[in-house]
Amino acid sequence: MKDWGYSILKGRQIDIENNDFSISRFVAQHEPSFKWCIGCGSCTATCSAARLTGFNPRKINLLIHRGETTNLAEEISKCMLCGKCQLVCPRGINTRNVIQNIKRALNNCHAL
Amino acid sequence: MNTNRQHIIVIGAGPAGLEAAATLGAAGYPVTLLEKENHTGGKLKSLHQLFPGFRPAYEVQNYLDGRLEINVAQVITNADVISVTTENGKHKVILADGQSMNGDIVLIASGFQVFNAEKKEEYGYGIYENVITSPDLEAKLKSCDPLTSANGTTPRKIAFIHCVGSRDQKAGNVHCSRVCCITGVKQAIEVKMQLPGAEIFNFYMDLRMFGQNFEELYIEAQQKWGITFIRGRVSEIGENMDGTLQLKAEDTLSGRPMKMNFDLVVLLVGIVPARQTLAIGKSAGLALTSGDFLAASDAQLSPNKTTTDGIFITGTCREPLSIAETLTDARAASVSIIQYLNERQKKSECI
Repeated sequence: MKDWGYSILKGRQIDIENNDFSISRFVAQHEPSFKWCIGCGSCTATCSAARLTGFNPRKINLLIHRGETTNLAEEISKCMLCGKCQLVCPRGINTRNVIQNIKRALNNCHAL
Repeated sequence: MNTNRQHIIVIGAGPAGLEAAATLGAAGYPVTLLEKENHTGGKLKSLHQLFPGFRPAYEVQNYLDGRLEINVAQVITNADVISVTTENGKHKVILADGQSMNGDIVLIASGFQVFNAEKKEEYGYGIYENVITSPDLEAKLKSCDPLTSANGTTPRKIAFIHCVGSRDQKAGNVHCSRVCCITGVKQAIEVKMQLPGAEIFNFYMDLRMFGQNFEELYIEAQQKWGITFIRGRVSEIGENMDGTLQLKAEDTLSGRPMKMNFDLVVLLVGIVPARQTLAIGKSAGLALTSGDFLAASDAQLSPNKTTTDGIFITGTCREPLSIAETLTDARAASVSIIQYLNERQKKSECI
């Protein structure tokens, strides 16, 4: 489709070429296991918050890696840091520290 | 090659060792085949039907036994090899009972063992009666007894859990065991054939249908047999009061967690090196892969040669392989040994 250069709606496509990866880089730097995910969904399967809300740690990991961070602060606020996800992760990802560093990244957004 | 009386010792009489011993024997080499059990055949003996064509496993067993009888003079059972050492180019194979023998060539075909599912306590194998492994199910299918839950009733809902002990850093296995995917598809169809009224669900992370007719069988499982595949690794299994099992996974393709109850759960356990494989490899000073399998000197160009001259490897002591791949690998190893001996002969004649 011809791109006329203006639109009142933001497209739903993942714009990976123009997305901002600063949060992804920050978390990977402070908790390298953030990059080990193979998307199996064990974390979400066992997550207490996911039973009652739309919280989905697997999806959050994926979306940050894609540079998709809209609504991230609200999503992360649903996590209760219980750590069950860490017990079931087959990759041994330090999921709690990932979440903590996502929060740090969001708080320091301007400084990244 | 009548002048070449190089003695070849083959360790392990599973499919790899049997096929290699018979091939080398047929080529005129004196071969000694050592087997730790009191019978040949290895784990092929415990299989019911082979994927993807449901061929009875005994057909392949009969073929191997027949070739062995014609081509290999010396087969020693109850010979548990504990170490292999090398001195002055000769290899010494030492058995658990203290006996030893010398060979010019040692071909290790000591195979694999299945991952111990009890290590993944969150799946409850050995704790919940209705959690079984894929070898357990294979034995039940082979026995031709009707498939039942622990209390003797016919299971109506059955789950297959893929990647148990494979691709699992916590279980110490980063590697993919390769054949469990298609085993899960094969066994799901076999169960559905026996129990047409049962509902069957396979929980997977990725389905690796790499072989000929594997993808076709996977499609058949869905379309013809109505088996449901859910992309999500099971995080935990719990037992209900009535002995049925509650299972949790994320249906990752819809992005939502799910909970389901089952009468029977089958864990598709992965492949790890046999205890003997590791012991023999370490005693011989062989390089190991990241998954502790025996490493080749060159993965592309000499997959059956090790870093030690005259010691060769074949079959699942190298990496997880199907029966078909194992037999192909055994023939490749045999050719590799023959070429090596021919070259060594030429060199010695030049001197």
